[in-house]
Amino acid sequence: MIQAVGLTKRYGDKTAVYNLSFQVRPGSVTGFLGPNGSGKSTTMRMILGLDNPTAGQVTIGGHPYRRLPNAPRQVGALLDAKAVHGGRHARNHLLCLAQLSGIPARRVDEVLGVVGLQDVAKKRSKGFSLGMGQRLGIAAALLGDPQVLLFDEPVNGLDPEGILWVRNLMKSLAAEGRTVFVSSHLMSEMALTADHLIVIGRGQLLADMSVRDFISHNSADFARVRVPHTEPAQREKLTAALTEAGGQVMPEQDGGLRVTGLPLPRISDLAHDADVRLWELSPHQASLEEAYMRMTQGAVDYRSTTDQRAGFQQEPPPGAMPPPQMPVPGQGQPGWYAPPSPQQGGQPFAMPQAMPQGRPPAGPYGAPVPPGAGEPNPYAGPAQPAPAQSAPVPPAAGPAQPAAPDLTKPEDAR
Amino acid sequence: MSTPQPQTHQQAAPAPNGQSSPGTSYTSPIPITRTHLGHALTSEWTKIKSVRSTMWTLGVFLLLVVGIGLLVAAQTKDNDYADVPYTIPAFFGLILGQICLITLGVLVVSSEYGTGMIRTTFTASPQRHRVLTAKLLIFFAVAFVVSAFAIGFVGLVTSGMHSGASDSEWGGTVVRGALYVSLLGVLALAVGSMLRHSAGAITAMLGLVLVPAILPAFLMISDGLRTLGEKMTDYNAPNALAKIFQLDSENSTGTSQLVLLVCVTAAAVAGAYALLERRDV
Repeated sequence: MIQAVGLTKRYGDKTAVYNLSFQVRPGSVTGFLGPNGSGKSTTMRMILGLDNPTAGQVTIGGHPYRRLPNAPRQVGALLDAKAVHGGRHARNHLLCLAQLSGIPARRVDEVLGVVGLQDVAKKRSKGFSLGMGQRLGIAAALLGDPQVLLFDEPVNGLDPEGILWVRNLMKSLAAEGRTVFVSSHLMSEMALTADHLIVIGRGQLLADMSVRDFISHNSADFARVRVPHTEPAQREKLTAALTEAGGQVMPEQDGGLRVTGLPLPRISDLAHDADVRLWELSPHQASLEEAYMRMTQGAVDYRSTTDQRAGFQQEPPPGAMPPPQMPVPGQGQPGWYAPPSPQQGGQPFAMPQAMPQGRPPAGPYGAPVPPGAGEPNPYAGPAQPAPAQSAPVPPAAGPAQPAAPDLTKPEDAR
Repeated sequence: MSTPQPQTHQQAAPAPNGQSSPGTSYTSPIPITRTHLGHALTSEWTKIKSVRSTMWTLGVFLLLVVGIGLLVAAQTKDNDYADVPYTIPAFFGLILGQICLITLGVLVVSSEYGTGMIRTTFTASPQRHRVLTAKLLIFFAVAFVVSAFAIGFVGLVTSGMHSGASDSEWGGTVVRGALYVSLLGVLALAVGSMLRHSAGAITAMLGLVLVPAILPAFLMISDGLRTLGEKMTDYNAPNALAKIFQLDSENSTGTSQLVLLVCVTAAAVAGAYALLERRDV
């Protein structure tokens, strides 16, 4: 059990983490998400007593980390795969860590076997690939057979087999009753691994809820509508009709329309009334990635802009128009993932009604939710088809529904 | 490559709602021992002997002290040792060799900061003072044993080559000489722990050793700084070693120079401990 209360960290006048309070419970995998620079690693370091918080405190099993009598036997951590002395053998690296906490040397060979590095045990870790370094770091975390495990980006650089192994490892560790706290950028991975999510942005708590709640509360569900591409006038007509009826319409790259705020039957009726033929009218279920993007879009510090390559171009002749550019999702277009839905009073996202531990809403991101925010999905017609999957997907894993073709879902989600 | 699974426990389905009751927390079957300094000492011993920088710096140190020492011993005549100890040939090697021990002292701690290993170490032992204590003790023991061996070896060979020429007792110079260069290394370790940067700490230590040996020549020009210059001449590291090996015929044994180095090292070590507990890693 990890408990943080009012955790704050300032570096000079930059606040990396502000007033962060959360609990990580045993028996489940808790994902720790946030954009780059949002304070995930700083929080991890404070949990491990490497950085001293400016205010607040964090305890593991009721004790601050630096007060634990034999810390590696209670907490195992993978912070940075490259946090090893490259000149040392993998086995010696683990051996010196084992000796530091009185762990017998044969346990070193055990964990080397668990992570599959037994053949390179006598190789210097300088020559390890990123994936091998991750395995060595995971071995170090498992060394003390601890109750609490922290992993910072554990699947970085791993091959698909390694990713599957880490996923199963996390789940089995949690199933044994351990506390597993994992940070990651890979949403598809989190959707498959985590049961619970803690999301931070700019050092503040954005969400602390189960994966299923997270997706349903931050759903970016929309309807995809397509009219015959030979008749652009019909598209204009339908857009006008839908907007008039209170929906939000966004054009897609391939000529389709994303419609939010209107149920599917109503869209069909409006199209019929406007005498527009539809080639496609499909519900689109949100993935964890979309829900995450929608929530954190206001808290992203490092956002890419469209590469105009203006520096290479000659002065355009006067009166020349730049070629029209189709938008790329998420690039220079912050509103892509989050059309504000009218039911939620324009809130960019919603927190659950019953907040755990009575935590106050955190800062500008966690604004309180007006009543009625948890209304059912506006597109919820008949029951959703259950996902027919053979992969070991927990029920809470969100984006498994193979609905409309999902542009944003990475290929390893299945 | 196979995908190994944790041995004893089959993978079970996660709890349906992702929550389980707090009472089902995991306990390890391996008994938990309370850690102490002994654990840190064995760990640091594994660390120091498992990197190549240790072998390189100590190898070069031995090469310099023994090599230069034997060359000097071969070039000297019996009557050169009339009133000086047999270990004097080791002095010339030590002037250079002390830089090796300084480098090793710095690297013992700063290489951990350079590679990020220190975060792993302090995660495995949040009692940071224990880690530093173990580093200091292990490094001092290694440096003292190696340098005492080198000086003693040179003394033995020299006394064999020029037997009967010296009536000066040379056992004490082995201990004091080894103590002096080992303490310089400990000072370097403390400076490395404070500066956390290999190149910076080695440069600082070289300045500390070399500047007091060079600066007095300039200080002597001005009358007001003459006493300062004389003190520097007396107490700089090469001169302190010269006094320990009774190179000047004043019959001094370098005790006051050793005491000064002990005080400076103690202050640096105290500073290292104070900063270690306060700073973020």
